[in-house]
Amino acid sequence: MKLSGAQILIESLKREGVKYIFGYPGGQVLNIFDVLYDEKDIQLILTRHEQGAAHAADGYARASGKAGVCLVTSGPGATNTVTGIATAYMDSIPMVVLTGQVPNMLIGNDAFQEADIVGITRPCTKYNFLVKDVSDIARTIKEAFYIATTGRPGPVLIDLPKDITVAKTDFKYPEKVELRSYRPTVKGHVWQIKQAADAISKSKKPVIIAGGGVIISGSAAELKEFAEAAKLPVTMTMMGLGGFPGDHKLSLGMLGMHGTYFANMAVHESDLLIAIGMRFDDRVTGRVEDFAPGAKIIHIDIDPTSIRKNVRVDIPIVGDVKDVLKVLNKTMQDEGGHANPHRKVWLDRIEDWKAEHPMDYEQGDVIKPQFVVEKIYEITKGDAIIATEVGQNQMWAAQFFKYKKPRTWISSGGLGTMGYGFPAAIGAQFAFPNKLVFDIAGDGSIQMNIQELSTAVLHNLPVKVAILNNCFLGMVRQWQELFFQKRYSSTCLTGTPDFVKVAEAYGAVGLRAQKPSDVEGVIREAIKVKRPTFMDFVCDQLEKVYPMVPAGAAINEMLFRPPDCPPGEKLICKTVKQELKCRCVRAKRGM
Amino acid sequence: MRHIISVMVENKFGVLSRVSGLFSGRGYNIESISVGQTLDPTVSQMTIVTSGDDNIIEQITKQLNKLIDVIKVTDLTEFDHVEREMMLIKVQPRVEHRAETLRVAEIFRGVIVDSSAKTYTIQVTGDDKKLEAIIDLLRPLGIKEVVRTGKVAIAREAKS
Ligand SMILES: Cc1ncc(C[n+]2csc(CCOP(=O)(O)OP(=O)(O)O)c2C)c(N)n1
Ligand SMILES: [Mg+2]
Repeated sequence: MKLSGAQILIESLKREGVKYIFGYPGGQVLNIFDVLYDEKDIQLILTRHEQGAAHAADGYARASGKAGVCLVTSGPGATNTVTGIATAYMDSIPMVVLTGQVPNMLIGNDAFQEADIVGITRPCTKYNFLVKDVSDIARTIKEAFYIATTGRPGPVLIDLPKDITVAKTDFKYPEKVELRSYRPTVKGHVWQIKQAADAISKSKKPVIIAGGGVIISGSAAELKEFAEAAKLPVTMTMMGLGGFPGDHKLSLGMLGMHGTYFANMAVHESDLLIAIGMRFDDRVTGRVEDFAPGAKIIHIDIDPTSIRKNVRVDIPIVGDVKDVLKVLNKTMQDEGGHANPHRKVWLDRIEDWKAEHPMDYEQGDVIKPQFVVEKIYEITKGDAIIATEVGQNQMWAAQFFKYKKPRTWISSGGLGTMGYGFPAAIGAQFAFPNKLVFDIAGDGSIQMNIQELSTAVLHNLPVKVAILNNCFLGMVRQWQELFFQKRYSSTCLTGTPDFVKVAEAYGAVGLRAQKPSDVEGVIREAIKVKRPTFMDFVCDQLEKVYPMVPAGAAINEMLFRPPDCPPGEKLICKTVKQELKCRCVRAKRGM
Repeated sequence: MRHIISVMVENKFGVLSRVSGLFSGRGYNIESISVGQTLDPTVSQMTIVTSGDDNIIEQITKQLNKLIDVIKVTDLTEFDHVEREMMLIKVQPRVEHRAETLRVAEIFRGVIVDSSAKTYTIQVTGDDKKLEAIIDLLRPLGIKEVVRTGKVAIAREAKS
């Protein structure tokens, strides 16, 4: 029996086990949406913006480990997904984005709603296809999922001209994929692994840096075995959070620009770094020339381009982290590499650093954002999926919540996309309807995809958005305060709506905490109502994220919390020529 | 240092822009690039001349390899290889220089592929040195236009 291209597309997606498509309709995808009208196995989740659809597919993928799928129309529908695609690309997230395209015969004509989305997304997809013939659809879907989910994963875009969704052909889904030009290296080089094992047993001051690769490859168990057996302290990149239990004795928390003092010091003083599934981003290394000056570096990564891109590497191992760690664990065991008399001295030294500068803050009469994050951790006992927006909120969420399991931390690392967290949380909640899902948000970021409240309300998703409302684009304001003489150029968010009323207007629940004693009750209430909820935490406006490695500094050159700002300090909001008084203005207005 | 990299790719539309986009997006320079089909019509061969320190060249070859459509990358600079480039030069000499022009072409084993009342078009093939040399000699005689193909290169077989 012959099927239309649209039917073939949906049948193919079923073969790939797709349950949800996040999408938005339009002229060039009408035929596909028409097939979805009767479809029972796949549900199309209508977001309220294509960017929301892309981030939701991404959040679904990060939470579940499966490829997220997103379907939009040509032109503006397609271009609206670009930020979402770039976000997924930077963080190696498997995603398949289906875009409608004008009919083949009109391509290149500047037709209505035509955009060269294949050209536009070439540098931010792992691969992309323009399918010109109906008989290529099934094979293309098969290849797209294969490419998106294997090797170093990433988003793949498939552009579908309208005429091929109508045209008919026989449907046969290919059994396997054969791409002569794409064969990721999975197995690590045994000799190199042996070298690594040797170096580890000889090292006096080793540190593991675990990155997103640990999570993607599903090797948290192997990492734990490795670290525990050889008593290796573990720090994580932001993408690696959850790859090693944050409450483990050997955990140093996050490293880098807003990493812990002890993680940064340990890395700086280390004589051997074991970098696992990470890529030495500049937010991690600080000034590269002074990064870990005394350390040998072992670098395990599936992507050869990550190795020696930013830092020197002594023992490179290209391969899948899970595969490599398994062999490494076995090698270390066989060679008795675990006993090391120096380890205690090193771990004691790290304990001293922990005592010297623990992660802390002081909770006074105004809500400190860190306090909110800690309370969420306490109340959920860490058993929740935490998505975040970008800015200070993201850093506090990374610092003050201890992620115990992989795929519980969902945050835009590489691109740092404001507006990511809320739709990503929606995607995560679809993947795990019974888990507690939070979006830790800023008052700026949440306004970038606030329309997705409709999606959450419509599907009654109990996503809980904790807005750390500081009335500012806080992270940018922090840089202005520290490095631009407090010239708060366009970072004051006067004009922000009342988030409680916004939530209510959409049919969601809105809650507000004005003072520290309200915080716990608001969080508990949000969990209790089991509905989409906005929690507006009226926070200290001047709170900053510490420690901080200033731009261009080495990671051991951290700034710490100075004595608190004098209460009542005036903040000049240039945008509306208004003076705000630090801390209490909004509380008085009852907002 | 200058490197000559041979890249075997799938013969599909868009592949050239993936490769050139990689270079422009990452700030690598391309001195020349040439593309053509191989014996297998589904495969094309690109020859890219680029330059950079060892780290950059390592990144370039790795990044090329990472492209889904790239089948094989060889840095020919590491091997004994032959490089050639073809050039068409249109010369417009004064009457008294016409004979000299033809003599220069002959010395370089150039071929006259077109001539008019006022011009000769000479085709020459060779390595950089040879092409630069003929340009130097023809310049005083009056060059109107030069078009070059960019380099192609191939590894030499071991002689035994
Ligand atoms: C889409 C986008 N635009 C701009 C930025 C630059 N940026 C980084 S953090 C930030 C401020 C975020 O403000 P808010 O969401 O209120 O978070 P806060 O830092 O106050 O917690 C901005 C503008 C960005 N990361 N993403
Ligand atoms: Mg803010």
